[in-house]
Amino acid sequence: MTELAFLFRMAGRELRAARGRAALLAGTVAVGVSALVANASFTENLRSSVDDQARTLLGADLAFSSRQPFSQSTEAVLDTLAGQGAELSRLTSFAAMAYAPKGRSTRLVQVAAVSGRYPLYGEIATDPPAAWSALQAGANVVVDPSLLPALETRPGDTLALGEARFLISGTIRSAPNQVGFRFALGPRVYIPARQLQATGLLGFGARVQYEAYARLPPGISAQTWARRHRSQLTAERVRIRTVAEDQRNLDEVLSRLAGYLGLVALMALLLAGIGAASAAVVQIRQRTESIAVLKCLGATGGRVFRLYLLESALMALAGSLVGTLLGIALQQLLPRLLGTLLPVQVVPGISWSAVALGIGVGFWITLIFTSFPLLTVRAISPLRALRRVYESERPAHDLRWGGATVALAASIVLLSVHQVGSWRQGVMFAGGAGLTLLLLGGSAWGLTRTLRRRFPERMPYVWRQGLANLYRPANQTTTLILGIGFGAFLLGTLYLMQHNLLQQLRTTGGSGRPNLVLFDIQSDQMTSVQQELQSAGLPLFGPTSIVPMRIAAINGRPITTLLRRPANDEEPEDAWALRREYRSTYRDTLVPSERVVEGTWQRGRSEVPALISVEQDLARELGVKIGDQIVWDVQGVSIASRVTSLRAVDWARFELNFFVVFAPGALERAPQTLVVLTRIPEPLARGRFQRQIAERLPNVSILDLSVLQEALEHLVGRVALAIRFMALFSVAVGVLVLVGALATSRFQRIREAALLRTLGATRSQILRVVLAEYLSLGLLATAVAMVLATLAAWALARFVFEGSFTIPVAAMSALGAGIVALTVAVGLANSLDVVRRTPLEILREE
Amino acid sequence: MSDAILRCQSLSRTYHSGSHNLTVLKDITFDVSPGEFLAILGPSGSGKTTLLGLLAGLDLPSSGTVHLEGQSLGAMTEDQRARLRVEKIGFVFQSFQLMPTLTAQENVQVPLELKGQPDAAIRARDLLSRVGLSGREHHYPIQLSGGEQQRVALARAFSTRPKILFADEPTGNLDAGTGATIIELMAGLNNDQGTTLILVTHDLELASRSRRTIRLTDGRLSGDTAA
Repeated sequence: MTELAFLFRMAGRELRAARGRAALLAGTVAVGVSALVANASFTENLRSSVDDQARTLLGADLAFSSRQPFSQSTEAVLDTLAGQGAELSRLTSFAAMAYAPKGRSTRLVQVAAVSGRYPLYGEIATDPPAAWSALQAGANVVVDPSLLPALETRPGDTLALGEARFLISGTIRSAPNQVGFRFALGPRVYIPARQLQATGLLGFGARVQYEAYARLPPGISAQTWARRHRSQLTAERVRIRTVAEDQRNLDEVLSRLAGYLGLVALMALLLAGIGAASAAVVQIRQRTESIAVLKCLGATGGRVFRLYLLESALMALAGSLVGTLLGIALQQLLPRLLGTLLPVQVVPGISWSAVALGIGVGFWITLIFTSFPLLTVRAISPLRALRRVYESERPAHDLRWGGATVALAASIVLLSVHQVGSWRQGVMFAGGAGLTLLLLGGSAWGLTRTLRRRFPERMPYVWRQGLANLYRPANQTTTLILGIGFGAFLLGTLYLMQHNLLQQLRTTGGSGRPNLVLFDIQSDQMTSVQQELQSAGLPLFGPTSIVPMRIAAINGRPITTLLRRPANDEEPEDAWALRREYRSTYRDTLVPSERVVEGTWQRGRSEVPALISVEQDLARELGVKIGDQIVWDVQGVSIASRVTSLRAVDWARFELNFFVVFAPGALERAPQTLVVLTRIPEPLARGRFQRQIAERLPNVSILDLSVLQEALEHLVGRVALAIRFMALFSVAVGVLVLVGALATSRFQRIREAALLRTLGATRSQILRVVLAEYLSLGLLATAVAMVLATLAAWALARFVFEGSFTIPVAAMSALGAGIVALTVAVGLANSLDVVRRTPLEILREE
Repeated sequence: MSDAILRCQSLSRTYHSGSHNLTVLKDITFDVSPGEFLAILGPSGSGKTTLLGLLAGLDLPSSGTVHLEGQSLGAMTEDQRARLRVEKIGFVFQSFQLMPTLTAQENVQVPLELKGQPDAAIRARDLLSRVGLSGREHHYPIQLSGGEQQRVALARAFSTRPKILFADEPTGNLDAGTGATIIELMAGLNNDQGTTLILVTHDLELASRSRRTIRLTDGRLSGDTAA
């Protein structure tokens, strides 16, 4: 107890004398912690909001969906459910061209035909409010507000869908089930189900999704019901979703996003740890004599270590507490940044787990970083109180040092793993961050060593003085390079990633490549399409045949057997692959976006069995290999096939790609639709052409790739904004580390400057010395960081996103120049005091 | 003299710095009796401070032994020597070596607190008044003159009633008058508490205040005279 009391008393005295420094250090930790807490707290609130609103998200207790109309037996199951008191509603949705006669413009939309009360939980809020309840009253549509400007139309105007005309009775303000990215293909349009027939859009080849929703009476558990009926309905190719499953899936997606944001936040904390460690190095350097005296007075090495550890702990705790509060305040900003990406309204609140994480992790990481310099106090000889020590007292890297290293590495790895929820990614991140720090530290070491060995003697005086500051005793070159470099590395990597992702999206719209896809063309409409294109002088790519089909059997085992699994809570992993509708084509050549990875590509014709090539990931999911037999159900006709090759497909390229490609011969007589691609570079002409097609061939849908591209760019932009927001914390910590490093060497600098001025140096010369020093620091750190950022972004683009990689030289140079300018500005701002006061004023303080 | 408080035998100390070997002390042997006032006298670079460091267990000899109250310092770990210092040894340094972040009173309190003594504050104030610094308890070292700082250091050195006090050129940074006051204070405390006093100096006049003088020349013992 007396030991602890002594330590607290001494630590209090030391901190009292170094209030400014302690506050700065605590502030650095606080900023580092705040990013982590903001993210954790936001994630927690998002998750609880999802939990609270999950039923509203699904709009029901149970949802059924299928790519084909529900079978007799499925309808019988639904009837039984209704008989037990469940309320049912239906939704039939598909993509179609919406055409506004007034604006004479068209747009691909997602049509949802509603019958019954929908949604069964929550509500669709519309503008005007009565529009939703009046939907069923006639030929009304309620549309996504984004559709109106696109079609140059207003509520009250007419909207054509296929062959039917509707009155736009209102717009949607909020609706359940509206996760931003699910509707990238087009805005949503609700119509009454009884008007569906009039559109004539459910013809052959249309991709329709049939859904039923059920609100269960008390006494029936959705989970139990789903478990009991899943295997039967899965065999009918009906998918069942429950609130709990939806919630779990959404949780998973959101956790992953939050995890990546968390990694960026973690960077800020690591940087703060480095700042704390470097502050501890300086502190110990300045206190060496006091430590020696304490030892003369009888303090053991362990006691002195504990004293300084306690000091660090107090600062770390203060910083973590403040950072936690700051983080809770800042989390409110994240929902705004992510905007429409979030499926639910996030209710802000205090997340105690985030608070615990912030305080615990902030405290621990700071403490463990500072323990490295603090361990050296054990080796300081008491003899230093009497005189300088000639012999090196650097401690051997003993067990304690090894222990601290292991603890630090383990902490960072565990934290990273905790953030992303994956061992592999966590370890990779921690390794990458560690390697970056090592390389930055190595370049600092290289700089000081080179300067010491080959000093540029012939440079002007101010440059020599400035450069000498980088390697003289008690320099802070390593800390500064780590601080500046790590921030620059983060910003550079993020910028390059975003640039390349967007670039990848944009090349698809590049010159000469098709940007309009015409699909659902019936065979007998092909000549009209050709004529339209020809008369407008447009290129025609294709046509490509699309034959809808389903899997009937694999290697002699019928689909019903494959889908029927032992009673299980979840549906089998491959159920989707087995159940889905395949839209296959037939050809005897490969397209540029695919290559054969196994087996041999089918040449020539084949009929029974048909030779097919399967996309490799799908083959893995289905568990089929070369030589396996798949029987397809093509509109009721069985077609046997044999797998002869597996292909790798680059899905990221906006081209017509297929999971399954048949050799010519077997599918020519099967019912099919056609797809044609064309290119119209000019947006107005593109709109005009779409309108013509919509008027003359209302069942043909047109996908404008540039619209899709815009939607994806918006998505990437949103995510990038959120990540950059997190990265800003690292930059802020970097600046604080910079300021801290300058502040600790301030006294020495002020004295030196005063001496230099006594010897005749002008203020401008002194400022130029500072300029030379920080310019060279900033340049080196930024250059190394940019090279590392390029490598990291290249590796990510190559191995994670599997795309091409280019370096935007101008933008990267501007970013680098900005960071160098910031470094110099902070350096000069901190040195103004040096020149503002008179030399005598400063020397008298001695 | 089997009751010697301090006994050193065949002490040598060689420093290794890079490829150079520098022998600072050669074969020093002498004993010190309890309550003695001993001056170690020698010109700059004769090895006085090195000898003081070895006697106080702040450094270890290259060969030879130091026994303090019969305990061999060389056989102890650094932590054991630290505990020995808190119990039995006091220091006064040429450059005072007060901790700049602590007030005068807190500086005096530190050894008492290290020892775990409960009445540290009261004792510290008492000691400060005995060295004539009543009313200056809450001043920081930077607010005190050199002589005042050394008086705080003296109060700190005597606070734990050490058996033996080492003083390294205690008046080296002070003017003659102030230096004389410091030496009188030290001698007085030596008398009051029966503390053994070992003083290192190059000042003959200062050395003459002691009862015994050891002379060092080029790291060797060149004289041992009792007053």
